[in-house]
Amino acid sequence: MAEKIIGEHAGKDVKAGEIVVAKVDVAMVQDGTGPLSVQVLKDMNLEKVFDKKNTVLFLDHATPSPRKELSNAHKILREFADKTGAYLSDVGEGICHQRLVESWASPGQLIVGADSHTCTSGALGAFATGMGSTDVAIAFALGKVWLRVPETHRFYIEGDFPKGVYSKDLILHIIGTIGADGATYKSMEFYGPTIDKMSMESRFTITNMAIEAGGKTGMIAPDETTKKYLEEMGRGEKYREIKSDDDAIFEKEYEFDVNELEPTVSFPHTVDNTRTISEAKKMNIRIDQVYIGTCTNGRIEDLRVAAKIIDGNRVNKKTRLIVIPASRRVYIQALKEGLIEKFVEAGAAVESPGCGPCVGIHKGVLADGERVLSTQNRNFKGRMGNPNAEIYLGSPATAAATAIEGKIADPRDYL
Amino acid sequence: MDRIIRGRVWKFGDNISTDHIAPGRYFHLRTNLPELAKHVLEDADPDFPKKVKPGDIIVAGNNFGLGSSREHAPRIIKLAGVSCVIAKSFARIFYRNAFNIGLPLLTADTDKIDEGDELEIDLEKGLIKDLTKGIELQSTPIPPFMMRLLEDGGIVEHIKKHGDFKVD
Repeated sequence: MAEKIIGEHAGKDVKAGEIVVAKVDVAMVQDGTGPLSVQVLKDMNLEKVFDKKNTVLFLDHATPSPRKELSNAHKILREFADKTGAYLSDVGEGICHQRLVESWASPGQLIVGADSHTCTSGALGAFATGMGSTDVAIAFALGKVWLRVPETHRFYIEGDFPKGVYSKDLILHIIGTIGADGATYKSMEFYGPTIDKMSMESRFTITNMAIEAGGKTGMIAPDETTKKYLEEMGRGEKYREIKSDDDAIFEKEYEFDVNELEPTVSFPHTVDNTRTISEAKKMNIRIDQVYIGTCTNGRIEDLRVAAKIIDGNRVNKKTRLIVIPASRRVYIQALKEGLIEKFVEAGAAVESPGCGPCVGIHKGVLADGERVLSTQNRNFKGRMGNPNAEIYLGSPATAAATAIEGKIADPRDYL
Repeated sequence: MDRIIRGRVWKFGDNISTDHIAPGRYFHLRTNLPELAKHVLEDADPDFPKKVKPGDIIVAGNNFGLGSSREHAPRIIKLAGVSCVIAKSFARIFYRNAFNIGLPLLTADTDKIDEGDELEIDLEKGLIKDLTKGIELQSTPIPPFMMRLLEDGGIVEHIKKHGDFKVD
């Protein structure tokens, strides 16, 4: 599938391992990486964009800005948007990857973003990958990038998720099995009956984390679910089919069965350091902060599951809960459904859409020796702003149960 | 670009992430790279920014540079004066970013190299001589396009020179 899409954009048949130049459909930066892209374009005297509608600047990592240096970084992007006509996604609109799948990404596209989790859009059948500021700067101006065509690792997923187990648990389990570098440079393609039955939102959680196994992208072939999602987002006409040929070459093939899968948690300080909830619960791990949100798990489906568990309960006195919807669209939907009220009533702090504390600069930086359980995608030392803190990763359900008990808890006890 | 690099080794382990290299708490310094460089690799070794000298070489284990796409990570390694990074393997975004900005990376079995060793590297041949130990190691050859990027001084200079990408 990756070869097909890159080939269409390179104007020739391509094979894994080749280095090619490919046209780009959508290119984006965010407030952490974009100012450097703008600087590169200034230095090259190339302050222009290839396509105004599909060149996007997202303010999401530090929004609303917590300090003047970051406000100035935002200003650099605002001025670039004014000058070139590129689209600026402003404070409160939401996280770049969620905004991309809502309003830009579609099957068969080639998307580059100066953010490692750009692979999220791959769930819609796009070839979407994260790059550095300079690569995306050049894509802004020239509308193309150089690419090494990746080999593909294919993941067949079968079975029905048991109660309290979600796509987040599956992808943590996969990364725990193959390792944080198990798919380095590879396109990870997910398919099988479990994927077929899965909602678009749950699929995004999986492709979002492809980079946590080192993947160049994560992809899922478009189907009826994709079509319905695009229609819901007002882009039904963008639907098309694209899938790997029956005789396509896969460098590696894996099979996973979710029938016996348990809620899964990543322990500090690498994503592949996973344990089942049964093991984690026995260790009686106190948690000071719980964060539900991010490009991995800040969607409406995630908030529904968490609110259902929180409803009628209180956040533990020794724990604080932070909830951040991934986008304005998710926020409005959560308000309509009364989910936000449930979180606030239970004692949560709800913040405006954006990356929140995942980036380590604001909205919940941890104290020395503290532990957080978060629904985000990575737990590297220092990730959330303090190298002397510990980050555990889990599903929104595991996070909600943990917020109630103040220690790593099993969501199945609440469902 | 120097084809022969000589320098002293700082050794790191596996899975050194871009958060170790350019910690998120210095997010506000991303528009001020010389200041950000004063914190390079601080979360892997708090004294590293003070100890590192121009020409030094970083040697690491598996999956160096995993995580975020922040190009600031290889940029501040280069700004700190590091001449080359050798690791058993690299995360792919970091790998690409490093060559794009003209920081050479070599992939080799680094177990035999220790901190403080003096290395002499022939980039073109991919040959690593550990002068302290008197041993030679062969690295995986740098792909021709990546070598061209290094020779041109990074992707920006490459585009300026050729007017476009020159991949064949």
